[in-house]
Amino acid sequence: MMPARPTPQLLTGWGATSATLASVVRPTSDTAVMEHVATSPGQCVARGLGRSYGDAAQLAGGTVLDMTSLQAFSLDTDSGVLRCQAGASLDAIIRACVPRGWFVPVTPGTRFVTIGGAIAADVHGKNHHGAGSFGQHVHRMQLVTADGQSRWLTDSDQAFWATVGGMGQTGVITAAEVQMIPVRSGSVVVDTRSYRELDDLAAAMIRADADYDYTVAWVDATSRSLRSVLTLGNHHDQDGPLEFPRRMMTVPRWTPRVVNGASARVFNELWYRKAPKRRDGQIMPLHSFFHPLDGVADWNRLYGRSGFLQYQFVVPESAFDVLPMVLHQLRGIGAASAMTVLKRFGPGNRAPLSFPMAGWTLTVDVSVTTPGLSRALSQLDSVVLAAGGRHYLAKDSRMAAEVLAAGYPEFGTWDKLRAELDPEGRFRSDLFRRLSRET
Amino acid sequence: MPHDRSERIILLNSFVQPQRVLVLGGGSEIALEIVKQLASPSLQEVILAGPNPESLGRAAASLDSSSRALITCRDFDAADTDSHDGFFAELFKEPLDVVILAFGVLGEQEAFESDPRSAVRVAKINYLGGLSAGLLVADHMMEQGYGRIVVLSSVAGLRARRSNFVYGSTKAGLDVFAQGLADATSGTGVLVHVVRPGFVRTRMTEHLSDKPLATDPSRVAADTVRGMKRGAHTIYSPPAVKYLMGALRVVPRSVFRRLPD
Repeated sequence: MMPARPTPQLLTGWGATSATLASVVRPTSDTAVMEHVATSPGQCVARGLGRSYGDAAQLAGGTVLDMTSLQAFSLDTDSGVLRCQAGASLDAIIRACVPRGWFVPVTPGTRFVTIGGAIAADVHGKNHHGAGSFGQHVHRMQLVTADGQSRWLTDSDQAFWATVGGMGQTGVITAAEVQMIPVRSGSVVVDTRSYRELDDLAAAMIRADADYDYTVAWVDATSRSLRSVLTLGNHHDQDGPLEFPRRMMTVPRWTPRVVNGASARVFNELWYRKAPKRRDGQIMPLHSFFHPLDGVADWNRLYGRSGFLQYQFVVPESAFDVLPMVLHQLRGIGAASAMTVLKRFGPGNRAPLSFPMAGWTLTVDVSVTTPGLSRALSQLDSVVLAAGGRHYLAKDSRMAAEVLAAGYPEFGTWDKLRAELDPEGRFRSDLFRRLSRET
Repeated sequence: MPHDRSERIILLNSFVQPQRVLVLGGGSEIALEIVKQLASPSLQEVILAGPNPESLGRAAASLDSSSRALITCRDFDAADTDSHDGFFAELFKEPLDVVILAFGVLGEQEAFESDPRSAVRVAKINYLGGLSAGLLVADHMMEQGYGRIVVLSSVAGLRARRSNFVYGSTKAGLDVFAQGLADATSGTGVLVHVVRPGFVRTRMTEHLSDKPLATDPSRVAADTVRGMKRGAHTIYSPPAVKYLMGALRVVPRSVFRRLPD
């Protein structure tokens, strides 16, 4: 097959900040990836659907391997083992597999992510408290390493756990086998609860985690009391069809900034009012429960040309007080978040750079033009670190290098493993360049 | 993370906060304010370049000493364009996130008219120096795949004034050049920001009386940093200057000539 011709392309993450130019290559086979790594000089990094918020899948002046052509997958309908190429999207997989009775073991808030990206970021979902993160459901994966060779890794390999959460810095994931979970239908039974106070929400979340597969809370970060809506779900156990919205709304490219302080307050108000105080047994299609924002393509454009960022961190269970503090601090500088999400994690896994750990994770969307945001977030970084927490690399676009190493105590171990796999530093992203520092 | 030197890389974050900045015309008060306002825990190195070591030393001292960034001074003569090639090749061995073109001489109109050679000298610095530095910096930045070039222009370049048209013409040339450079680098990851301040109270202008909408370096810097975040190509400071100049540009010449300074 003809090697794809590289094209220069300006790339950003989902937050649409820090654009850099890279030479983009679209490999159409595993061997094309191996060939590229073996024969092309310079650094490269794999990119999936570009849903990391910051600069995780771009590389200024280097080569970006667009993996989305490697999208084949097959499902063993008896065992539920999915064999897939790394560029296959959760969207395609869910559409094909749910009618056959299997669902992805973990899904983040968007289904427009690739398998390779899901492993590299070790993504989590609303079921983290029970199911853990994505890497824990991977039987094995194929990794093209710096020597241009490809190898299958299983969870008994150290390289496997360096690659889970490793943000593409150990090599290029080209294929994987993922254990799917059985479902009877394409819908979820949802219970909803609203709370006026954050403490009530916390108590309810701790209670609910035992009874529900999926739990997540939305918090009105623009309200003084931090009112919230908790949604709790289990897969519907009666046979039923899989539905998807027929048409997606799209946001045109030149849309001016829509999300600002005023519109965020209005949005939060409506969202809170629309939610019932208490409702049980609502049957919802998968997509509206798991991926409500996917209904609007390119919704990131609502933040305007200058872009936005998502601040996501986790703190241990005992450090719950950090959450209201962070939210009040951000409210204080007028950083009105339209979408603030709270989730209680179960225990983390063995991967040194995997983000989740037992405790609370908070996710806040903010426009980067918010005055004073940079300084405020740097201060909050210290608060989070002091509480024993850390930050999610798939969301980062702004933190300082020290914050990474301080949040991930096993960073040094991981970096040693990475250096063994890739002694010349062939695999690199702008994210890791930004967070690299000579010691 | 252990890296060899060539690999110590450095990138703008989503707040356009750099890790390595070069100021050409390192004594410029506006440029130093921009550096201060771009400073964050990510800032690693600030390079101040200019012809006068003393002025650079003072500038270095004025940069916030609480910053952990390394501040270095380099000899740079904007008018000596033959030296530019080597100068930038050396500095771009490591990526530069932001380069501020801040050198410029105001001079005195009367002196220019009585000694045209002094006018040519100023044009060499303000215009030819900017042209040479701008092209070289853009070239290096396109190779690294990203970067921001901030060009300090002036509203004096927008319409000739009897009292400062030599200076104004150098800024007019620089401004048009920088606008074109912005178009030339479009889509390459390199952004050129052309800053057009109105009257700014600095050492350069301390002998002059205030003009309408007079501002100070920190406000120009704040407007510049805001514009950089938005990705604006042309930045007026204060923003109202845009409308003032828009109005002044359509004032008939016979009237404009008689307007008080």
